[in-house]
Parts: sequence; structure tokens; C-alpha cells
Amino acid sequence: MRLQNKSFWTGLVLSIVIYAVIQLLIDTGALNDFAESTLILICINIILGVSLNLINGFTGQFSIGHAGFMSIGAYLSAIMTLDFNMPFVVALIVGGLTAAVAGLIIGIPSLRLKGDYLAIATLGFGEIIRIVWLNTEYVGGASGLSGIPTQTNWTWIFIWTLITVVVINNFVNSTHGRACISVRENEIAAEAMGINTTKYKVMAFVIGAFFAGIAGGLSAHMFYIINPNSFNFIKSFEILVIVVLGGLGSTSGSIVGAIVLTLLFTFLQDFPEIRMIIYSLLLILMMIFRPKGLLGTREFSFNFLGKKGEAK
Amino acid sequence: MEYYLQQLINGISVGSIYALIALGYTMVYGIIKLINFAHGDVFMVGAFMGLFASRFLSAKGLSPVWVFILALLFAMIVCAVLGVVIERTAYKPLRNSTRIAALITAIGVSFLLENGGIFVWGAQPKGFSEILPKHQFNLFGTVQIDSNQILILVVTVILMVVLQYIVHRTKIGKAMRAVSFDQDAALLMGINVNTTISATFAIGSALAGAAGVIFGMTYNSIDPLMGIIPGLKAFVAAVLGGIGIIPGALVGGLLLGVIETAVSSTGFSLWRDGVAFLILILILVFKPSGLFGKNVREKV
Repeated sequence: MRLQNKSFWTGLVLSIVIYAVIQLLIDTGALNDFAESTLILICINIILGVSLNLINGFTGQFSIGHAGFMSIGAYLSAIMTLDFNMPFVVALIVGGLTAAVAGLIIGIPSLRLKGDYLAIATLGFGEIIRIVWLNTEYVGGASGLSGIPTQTNWTWIFIWTLITVVVINNFVNSTHGRACISVRENEIAAEAMGINTTKYKVMAFVIGAFFAGIAGGLSAHMFYIINPNSFNFIKSFEILVIVVLGGLGSTSGSIVGAIVLTLLFTFLQDFPEIRMIIYSLLLILMMIFRPKGLLGTREFSFNFLGKKGEAK
Repeated sequence: MEYYLQQLINGISVGSIYALIALGYTMVYGIIKLINFAHGDVFMVGAFMGLFASRFLSAKGLSPVWVFILALLFAMIVCAVLGVVIERTAYKPLRNSTRIAALITAIGVSFLLENGGIFVWGAQPKGFSEILPKHQFNLFGTVQIDSNQILILVVTVILMVVLQYIVHRTKIGKAMRAVSFDQDAALLMGINVNTTISATFAIGSALAGAAGVIFGMTYNSIDPLMGIIPGLKAFVAAVLGGIGIIPGALVGGLLLGVIETAVSSTGFSLWRDGVAFLILILILVFKPSGLFGKNVREKV
């Protein structure tokens, strides 16, 4: 079982150390607000990247509507805290579960569609969600919701990032996760081996959408304001880029991708005029020279810390 | 009745722009199985080229008809070159890598054109001067149609007929069909696959350029981000008609234009884009090969 795996415990301990160190730095004021919000942004992107990676990287279902799930989580959790005075955790989970239901709905077309067709259908689905928000007066239409209480802090974001990474990593290494990977490798062969491909494809969509919803809720409670246009398909592409940059089918790759891309964006903010030009050029060059992403399908592991004989 | 007829005419004139862009999508997708996201931005570049050419030529004092024809040709040529350059530099190195890598590259090229456009021309919309003076014609009393709408449809149909001729009657068209059917076999038969793919990009992008000029003439305002939504809609049109099928793109485009106008005219104009995507999903779920496509079973 994964829980007994040494690498897992090393990772957990290391993450808690990272958490404690950064919390200490924030408390002592060594990290300013800008650095803290960049850290939170990185973590939101990690949640988004890792959850999309489950759908795109591990299950091989080409989805580019992730911002749609994110917006559902953002809106639902914002409504919960604004209009129903729910505690933050409950609001987040409501947002996540609603997004998961949307994942179930979009999972159903995926049973009939493959590759590019699924991609364009999910893109359309994400846009439809955006247009629904745009035309719903209750959530403020085009101007969106504002005044959402700022509740996302380093502790919350860290807990959720850890939960996402642990859950998805363990899922991928479980029997179900292996079944998902077999769907990616060859759907027909997987089916012939008796794997219920329908079940696993939908499962990947539901889990991925749930965490995207959580990320949406976290970001809504971070920036006080949400509007439909911040969840357009360009946002979906951004998440896709994180996944592909890190390496499809590598959880640690998605984490690396999220860190690299967020830092790149933060860095490029100083050059607003040529920001997107540099970004797009990097994107093209990256794909031409390293189409598999930074880590490929490999996982970063802590095995090298142990003795050589124990490694593997 | 007259109201519906009027809306039908408006819908067809919107739809013919979608159809022109969709033709390029369909050709490129048919040959290298890539959703060329940058296609909508080539359309944008075409509109700007048309604007500059028409300004330049009008200042020279040419007659409006010649200004229109020359501006259209200029935009088409620039876009054709642009399409080939994009294909050679960005897509060709990725021909044997994963589909997702190619798609991300296409998105990258699209961002590059959009933001390059903003950098060079500024983000503000630019007015597109009226090249040909508009004449209103009255049909059946109150139904109006203006000369621009007729022109758009005529240009679309002419270009589509030319395209159909190229694909079915010429040597390069035969090569295109061969490459789209089986790239490796085509290579073995002595077809220059690279040249053929470049030619496809050139023709598809030229059509997008033409659509850009026509778009500018219809809406009188163009900006560097204008390609995004028409680009997506044209892809919907291509899927609607059956991707890879040339008459399908025309019918899909016209149909989408008419449906959109119908949605707008019944007072749901804010839902217009949503309806387009809903149609896309429904078509994909119930008839993934499009209205004109045949279902091909995947072989194990």
C-alpha cells in the first residue's frame, strides 16, 4: 500500500517542514504580502494542474474546459459564504461537489468522443458555463461578484494542496489509477482486458473537477472578486500549459510546471507590453524542443535519499 | 414572414464569413489532424492587411471596385505567406510528436499573433472605411438586402467553387486528398508531403484573409483580438458540416449563422455564443462525423 511507502512519508515530512518554514517566515514578516500571494497563487495552480493532469495526463482524456469547473467552485463557494454565511470549509466543499457534478455531466460525452473532438467539446462546455454566469443576474452578470471575504491564507491553501496531491497521487497508484492509465495507453486493449473504461473515464472527470472546484473556491476567497471573464478558455489553456510543461502523466511534473509558470508570469508582469509575446514564444519553443514537458512521465522521488539497495 | 426572411438574409451574410474561415479549418484538419487555433488570428491579420491596402489604394485614386479586388488579393497573398511561415516554423517540427504538443503550439502561435497585433497596431479597434458604396435593394416590399451582403455571399461561393475545383481537378488537389487519406502511402507514391501540407496551409490561410477583409467591410471595426470568437465559431461550423468536407464547411457556416441570428432576433442575443457551443456538443455527441460525414468505425 502506498501509505507504507517510504517515499510517501519522506514527501509528507518534507512538505510539513516547508509549511512550517514558510509560516514562520510569514509570521516574522520576512515574506511580504506580495511573496505570500505569489505562494498562494502557486498553490492554486498546483491544485489545478495536478487535477487536470489526472484527466489529461493519466486517463488520456483531452479536456480543455478546466476553467469551467473552476468557475463553478468559485461561484458556488462565494454564494455560500456571501448569502448563506456558511463556514469557509463547507463553502469550499459545496463548490467542489457541484463542480464534481458538472464533471459527471461532461464525463458523459467523453464516452463517445475521442482526442480533439473531446477537447473541443470540453472547450465548448467551459464556454457555456461562462455564458451561463454572464447571463445570471443573481451572481452579478458580467460585473461578477465582489466583497467575497478573504479567507484563503497560507494554512488553508497548504492543507488543500497537500490533500489534492496526496489523494491524486494515491489514486493514480491504486488499482483504479492503473485502470485509468491503461485507458490512456490503449482504450480498446483496456476494454478487452475487462476494464470498465466508461467508469474510469467518468471517475477521472469527477475527481479532477472536484479539485478544480476547490481551487476555484480558494481563489475566489483570495481575490475578493470574481467575474465570468476570468474563467474563459484562455484560463483553461493556462492550466493545460502547466500540465504539458511539467509533463503529461507526472504529478510532480505538474507541481514543477505550476511553480515555473506562476513565477514566469509574476516575473513578466514587469514587462506588460511584451509579456504575452514572450510567453507565447516560450510556449512555442518549449513545445518544439521539449514536447514531452520538463519531467516527461517520470516522477520525482525521494528514493535517492535512501540506500542504494533499498531504492526502487 | 418578411421579418423571418430578413433575419434569414442577415444570418446567411454572417454565416458566409464563418463558412470562409471554416473552409481553412476543414482543409488543415483534414490533412494534418490539427485544430489550427491560429487560423482565427490569420483572419485578423487578413482584416488589417485589407485595411492598409484599401487605404493605400484609395489614396492613389483607384476606383472602388479595383480597390476592393486588389485589397482582397493583397490580404489573401499576405495570409497565404503567413500560413506557410507558421506551418514551416511552428508545426512542421512537431509533425511526429503528440497531438497535445501540436495543439499547445497552435495556441502559442495564436497568442503570438494576437499580442503581436496589439504590440504593432495597438489594442484599440480601428475603423474600417467603406470600400464599396452600399446600395439597398428592396425585395418583396420590406425585406432589405444591401449590396455588401450580396457581395459577401457571391465572393464566398466563388472562392468555394475555386477551392472545390483545386481539390478535385488539379494535381496539387489530388496530392492533398492522397496525403489526408494516408500520409505514409502518399510519400511512398512519390508525393512531396511537405509541399502539399504547405499548399494546404497557403490556400486555407488565403481564404481566412479574404474572410477578414469581408468581415471588416461588414462590421466596419477591427481589432487584434477579433479573431478569437469567429475562429472558434468557424471551427464549430466545420464540425457541424463534417470536418474535412468542403461543402460541409459552407453548409455548416451558413447554418450556424442562421441559427445565431435566429437566437439573437428572438431576444436572447447574450446567449448566442452559448447556443453555438451547445450545437457543437450536441452534434459531437449524436453525430460526431458531422451532418455530411460518414461514420467510420475504428479498426482494432
